[in-house]
Amino acid sequence: MEYILKNGIVYDPANEVNGEKMDICFKDGKIVEDVSADAEVLDVTDKIVMPAGVDPHAHVAGPKLVVGRLYRPEDERRGVAQKTKVTRAEAGFSIPSCPTTGYRYSRMGYGTVCEAAMPPLEAKHTHEEINTIPNIDINPLPLFGNNWFVMEYARENRIDDLAAFIAAMLRVSKGYGVKIVNPCGSEAWGWGMNVHGYDDKAPYFDVTSREVVRALAKANEQLGLPHSIHIHPNDLGHPGNVPTTIATLDSIKDIAKSTKASAGVRDQTIHCTHAQFHSYTGNSWKDAASGAEEVADFINKNPYVTCDVGQVTFDETTTMTADAPMEYDLFKISGLKWANKDIECETAAGIIPCIYSPKTPVSTLQWAIGLELFLHIENPWQVCLTTDHPNAGPFIRYPKIISWLMSAEKRMSMIDNGEVHKWASKRTGLAGLEREYDFYEIATISRAAPARIHGFQDRGALTPGYNADIAVYDINPNDFDPSKDPEGVEKAFSNAYYTIKDGQIVVKDGDIVSTKQSHTIWTNVIGYEEEEKQIIDSIMPFFTQYYSVKWENYQVHDHYVPNPTRVDVEAK
Amino acid sequence: MTYEPPVTDYDHIVENCTCAFCGCNCDDLDFLVKDGHVVAVRHACRLGASKVMEDMDQRLLVPMVRNEEGVLEEVDWDTALDTAAKYIAESVRPVFYGWSETSTECMKEGVELGEYIGAVLDNQATICHGPSLQAMQNAGYPIQTLGEVKNRADVIAYSGSNAMNSHPRHLARYAAFPRGYFRQRGRFDRTVITMDPKFSDTAKMSDKWIGFEQNGDYGFYNALRAVLKGKKLQSESVSGIPAEDIYELAAEMEAAEFGVLFFGLGLTHTLGKQRNIDIAIKLVQDLNTNSKWGLTPMRGHFNVNGFNIFMAYETGWAFGVDFCRGYGRYMMGETNTIDLLVRKEPDCFMVIAADPGAHFPNGANQHLANIPVIQIDIHWGPSTELADVVLPGSFISVECGGTSYRMDGVPIWMKKAIDKPETCRDDEWIVRELKERVMKLREEPNVADEYVPNEGLACLLDK
Repeated sequence: MEYILKNGIVYDPANEVNGEKMDICFKDGKIVEDVSADAEVLDVTDKIVMPAGVDPHAHVAGPKLVVGRLYRPEDERRGVAQKTKVTRAEAGFSIPSCPTTGYRYSRMGYGTVCEAAMPPLEAKHTHEEINTIPNIDINPLPLFGNNWFVMEYARENRIDDLAAFIAAMLRVSKGYGVKIVNPCGSEAWGWGMNVHGYDDKAPYFDVTSREVVRALAKANEQLGLPHSIHIHPNDLGHPGNVPTTIATLDSIKDIAKSTKASAGVRDQTIHCTHAQFHSYTGNSWKDAASGAEEVADFINKNPYVTCDVGQVTFDETTTMTADAPMEYDLFKISGLKWANKDIECETAAGIIPCIYSPKTPVSTLQWAIGLELFLHIENPWQVCLTTDHPNAGPFIRYPKIISWLMSAEKRMSMIDNGEVHKWASKRTGLAGLEREYDFYEIATISRAAPARIHGFQDRGALTPGYNADIAVYDINPNDFDPSKDPEGVEKAFSNAYYTIKDGQIVVKDGDIVSTKQSHTIWTNVIGYEEEEKQIIDSIMPFFTQYYSVKWENYQVHDHYVPNPTRVDVEAK
Repeated sequence: MTYEPPVTDYDHIVENCTCAFCGCNCDDLDFLVKDGHVVAVRHACRLGASKVMEDMDQRLLVPMVRNEEGVLEEVDWDTALDTAAKYIAESVRPVFYGWSETSTECMKEGVELGEYIGAVLDNQATICHGPSLQAMQNAGYPIQTLGEVKNRADVIAYSGSNAMNSHPRHLARYAAFPRGYFRQRGRFDRTVITMDPKFSDTAKMSDKWIGFEQNGDYGFYNALRAVLKGKKLQSESVSGIPAEDIYELAAEMEAAEFGVLFFGLGLTHTLGKQRNIDIAIKLVQDLNTNSKWGLTPMRGHFNVNGFNIFMAYETGWAFGVDFCRGYGRYMMGETNTIDLLVRKEPDCFMVIAADPGAHFPNGANQHLANIPVIQIDIHWGPSTELADVVLPGSFISVECGGTSYRMDGVPIWMKKAIDKPETCRDDEWIVRELKERVMKLREEPNVADEYVPNEGLACLLDK
């Protein structure tokens, strides 16, 4: 099937196309230079055309999502919608059911989402959910930061073994890259403790976060994985955590990026996720203030770092993270129902409902810090649009965040009219920031940059040969001032005029018109087969003794990945 | 027990099979196969081994339909499936119940059929750990995998659960006995406490037995919480336990490096029901102030947790999900099987891998006798006597592969070891066939003309 998107105004930052009127052709699921005269014409005259959105960090599938759904029926009831001829019934607000997740991303023009935390022991569960989410491709990142084997290799500085272990685990769990959450801290939570700062040791393991992160970064670059290490640093959400954040990012300055082709797309060697939660100064919530400028300044000066923001959206949401001790701290503050899930030898997770209200000082401070980061980081290729869904807010708020970024007037009116707490002006510099994003920059932070950061070579741009993942929004940028009409921006980006996934029209005029099975994107390391075998043989006695499942039943076999997109990495 | 000599007469061994009995889902079983039958099982407990080995006992082998005289008559597969599909297609309030002893792959077909026709989907949680789920919705859910227990736990408490009888390998494989990474001496490094009115077999294995009064659960845990918060007990004993014993127990629990509370139906189904679990969860949350504690419900069937997990990610709710209006509704006491049956609402009932005839209250079963009942199962049971159509399935983890979720949420692929009887079909196939036949018989009801987003998606800021 051939199509031509006619007369759209195209924003394709990866190809440096900035608002040019042009046609985009695609055929059999791929973007092409040209199509024949028989191609079906989709008239998008004077509408915005972008590559489909890429979410670099969200929690959409996996065991902790299910705990959230199991114990928050009240959240599910907030999002019910009746089934239609095309879609199944919807449910859920901050933790929507799997089909709902796919539909809502599709309606916003998204095509790819990174599931940011997959415990290898329960990877089958994550994959079962991925298979239930339609219309968006998902690359899950297995958790490595508190894995007992990883901590041992890091302590003994056995980088070759660690590289082989990562290669094996990506294959075994069908994962995409290396995720690190509160390194050593979630292990300490096994004893009800946490680590404080970057140089604190995990109890009994005699290894610091610094050693774990550096070892994983070296192994990641040795393999030349498409994505860099993806880190949630220590001390999340604690006032005064800026030094920890900067120490973490600074510590891998000397580690060179891999020269392998598979790592050639990305520029960074470390991706710091939800930076907003890691940019607080002060000693307690009494004197907490924004550290956004300091963190942004560091990122501006160091091109080997990228980040996503984790923007607070003022909603009642559900926080969930593998940083379990932090969730218990939240429980101590809010007293809301607390869930926890420790996973043997690998990680932990905590879940708690959270209400971000514009009337409260802390929520407002977090909201302002997030926006400050967006506005202070000069290069849009180094910052991505996320809410760390569902932690700072549900992903359906991305259009609202876009409207805030595009309109200084809107931000100022929220501060001036008392819509948000006065801490926004007293404790942050947000009121003094007049920068406004344009559509080109929005296209960068929501699709081009996340795709480059994840090292995708088939999406995030409208390059011929790439997947025909395209979004069209009903705005004529030559006749529309986003600064003056934030509601118009929000409405347009919430309801894509077209969403095209692999050449299939899945959304038209904001409505789902068809669904398709999603792909699971995983990384297949080639060249380490012998090392992988040796490392698995070496861990087997430990595994048999201290895990509660058999190795045969631990692995994710092909049954759980019926529709894979395999990314081959020539690691040698 | 008498000595039984080991079985030596077998053709081959299938290793690392998973036990399809309780929520322990032990995945280290070896099946000894001879002539296409499992003749012995290594590593399993008596419950698991006998279920696998006696798989042909009272086995349903051919599809049956109840004839006009009220007698079950053997028929071919097409007739049976068509009859069942007709019952489902003609109903206005179908209930699909069971699912806890089949795979998530089969559930997937079931939820598609249920959403299509507008059925209520429910599982055994409605009569067992439903109050536990209700409590976690009230209070929270601090859990851990069983390997965490093995590697770290130094205090293990069983409350209202006689694991030695109901989950025989629970103590041996995960909790009390195994040598864990931080508990190298196994049982000697752990304190086992049983809280149960009955001096059960588990209590006999324990270091400490707290035999509080029947229905004294809530009062007892309340007292324990009060003591942990530094309060002084006003009476000399609470729920039949002397105050000094409660002080001692509280101190012991608080001193744990890593404690786990396993609770069973003895806690969920005594007076107070979900409130007992509420307070147990809150007790665990309190204990985390100075120690590290978690809890785990002792789920009974091998995939009862799987259905709850499966439904949560497919539909948003764990069990008792009603699709009659074209969207999901979930309300305890309203959309659960027993409540629906005693209100005489359902006009068609499909039971898969469950035995309501044996387990439901009489009032519910009376209604089942009056409506068409479709049974998908491998064994004869009281439900067969209530059934109008009987569809013989196959045995997950022995004759057919599939996914299950252990009591702690760890997913396990249960592989196939032997072939199923020729005349039987896989559960997944049966439900898929039913779905396809129902779709041919009836157009999808309750479909919205256009998508209407829920008002609840509005932003707090907009209000």
